[in-house]
Amino acid sequence: MSPGDSDSPYNFAYLDEDTKRMIRRAILKGVAVPGYQVPFASREMPMPYGWGTGGVQVTAACLVPEDRLKVIDQGADDTTNAVSIRKFFERTAGIATTETTTEASLIQTRHRIPETPLTEDQILVYQVPIPEPLRFLEPRETETRKMHALEDYGLMHVKLYEDIARHGAIATSYAYPVRVGDRYVMDPSPIPKFDNPKLSDNAALQLFGAGREQRIYALPPYTKVVSLDFEDHPFQATKAEHDCDLCGASDSYLDEVILDDRGGRMFVCSDTDFCTRRRAAGHVGCLGEPA
Amino acid sequence: MTVALTGAFADPPRDAARAFRGALRALSRPGTIVTLAGAAGPAPLSPAAAALLLTLADATTPLHLAGAHDCAALRDWVRFHCGAPLTGAEDAAFALGTWPALAPLDRYRIGTPDYPDRAATLIVEVEDLTPDGARLSGPGIRGQARLSLPETAAFRANHDLFPLGWDCFLTAGERLAGLPRSTQVEAA
Repeated sequence: MSPGDSDSPYNFAYLDEDTKRMIRRAILKGVAVPGYQVPFASREMPMPYGWGTGGVQVTAACLVPEDRLKVIDQGADDTTNAVSIRKFFERTAGIATTETTTEASLIQTRHRIPETPLTEDQILVYQVPIPEPLRFLEPRETETRKMHALEDYGLMHVKLYEDIARHGAIATSYAYPVRVGDRYVMDPSPIPKFDNPKLSDNAALQLFGAGREQRIYALPPYTKVVSLDFEDHPFQATKAEHDCDLCGASDSYLDEVILDDRGGRMFVCSDTDFCTRRRAAGHVGCLGEPA
Repeated sequence: MTVALTGAFADPPRDAARAFRGALRALSRPGTIVTLAGAAGPAPLSPAAAALLLTLADATTPLHLAGAHDCAALRDWVRFHCGAPLTGAEDAAFALGTWPALAPLDRYRIGTPDYPDRAATLIVEVEDLTPDGARLSGPGIRGQARLSLPETAAFRANHDLFPLGWDCFLTAGERLAGLPRSTQVEAA
C-alpha cells in the first residue's frame, strides 16, 4: 500500500483532525503575538520526547499534499533523527522530500538555520527542548509568565552581565536569547548564536514547537529580532576561526571532527546541503578532494 | 438533502490542510490575499469563511454568529459540520459576521496579560477585498502593505492594546486576508 492511498492506515500527516485544528489555532495565535509562547495540548508521538515531538506536531499541522519536506539535524540531512522524521512523513502524509534547501517548501530543523537564504514560499519549523528563556533563572512557571506579562527582563541581562564578569565576554554560545519586535524575550531554540542574525527580517515564516513543554511560538516573516547585548559588549555571531576543510567556505558554521587520538581534527560545514553543493560547484577545501 | 448537510470538504484532511496553509499565509503576511475554496455553506456565509470554520472551529471553540449570519440555516450548518457551541460575543473564540454586525468590538475577548492567546478571532465578511486602501506595517510585512479595510480606527485601537487584542480574518467570496493585532494600520 503506497502512502498517498486513501486506504492508508494513517490519517493525512498522522494526527487526527481535532488535534490538528487545536495545533493550528495555537499556531495562528502564535503568529498574531510574535515571540509569545502559546500553550497547546501536545500529543504523544511515536518517538521519544527530545527527538522533535514539538516540531513534528507543528509540521503535521502545516503540511499540505503538495509540500516538499526537508529535515535537518544540526544542519545534516543524513543523521538518524532527520532520516526518521522524513520517513515518518513520507509514510503518513505521502509527501515528497528533499535534501536541497532551495527545493523545500517546508523545512523542519533541529538546532540550525540553513546557510542558504530562505524565501517567502518556505516555512522553517524548529524543534525546541526548553521554550522558556527565563526557565534556568526562574524555575516557577507562574513567575516567568508574570515576567513576560510585565516585560520584566532585567534578570536576563543580569545573567549576561554575570557571563561578562566571569569570562570577560558573553559566554552564551547557543540558545542565545533574543527580543522579538521590541516586546517578548524568546528562546530561539539551541541554534548556535552564529545563526541568530538570520532570525531577524527573514523572508520565511518561522514556527517553533516544544512537545514535552507544550508550547508553540512563531516569528512572522520580516519581524525584527534583536539578540540581547550591552553597548560595550555588543552581540557577536561567532564560529570556529577556520574555513571548511571540504568546500573551503569561510562564511558557514563549522563542526569540528576529531580524526584520531593524537590531536588530528578537521572543520566541516554543519550544513551538509550547503557543503555538497559548493563541492559540486568545484570549491575544494584544504583536506577535500575535487568532486 | 437539506443545505445543512452539504458543503463540507470533499477530502477533509487534505482540504483542511490546504485551507489552513492559506489562512496561515494570510495571517503571517498581512495584506496578502489568498483563495480558500472547497467549502460552501448557506447564505450569507462566504466560501472562504465556510472553509475557515471547517478548518478551525470545533466543539471546543465557542462561536458567535452576528447579525444576518445568525440565521437558522447557518446555525444548523455549523452544528452539523463543526459542532461549535453558539454563544454571545463575550465568550466567543470565533465571531462571524459583517463589520457593522460585529460591532461594538470591545465585547470580544482580548486575552489577559498572562495569556494573550486567549483572545477572539473575528471573521469579517466584506463585500470586496483588494490590496489597496489602508496602509499596513509590522510583523509579516516587508516595508508596507495595503488592504481594503472597512475602517481604520478600530484596528488602530486594537493594535494599541498589543500584546492583547483580537485578531481578524476578512473574507469576500473565496478570498481571504488576515489582520493580526500586531499590525499597525493607518488610513490611506
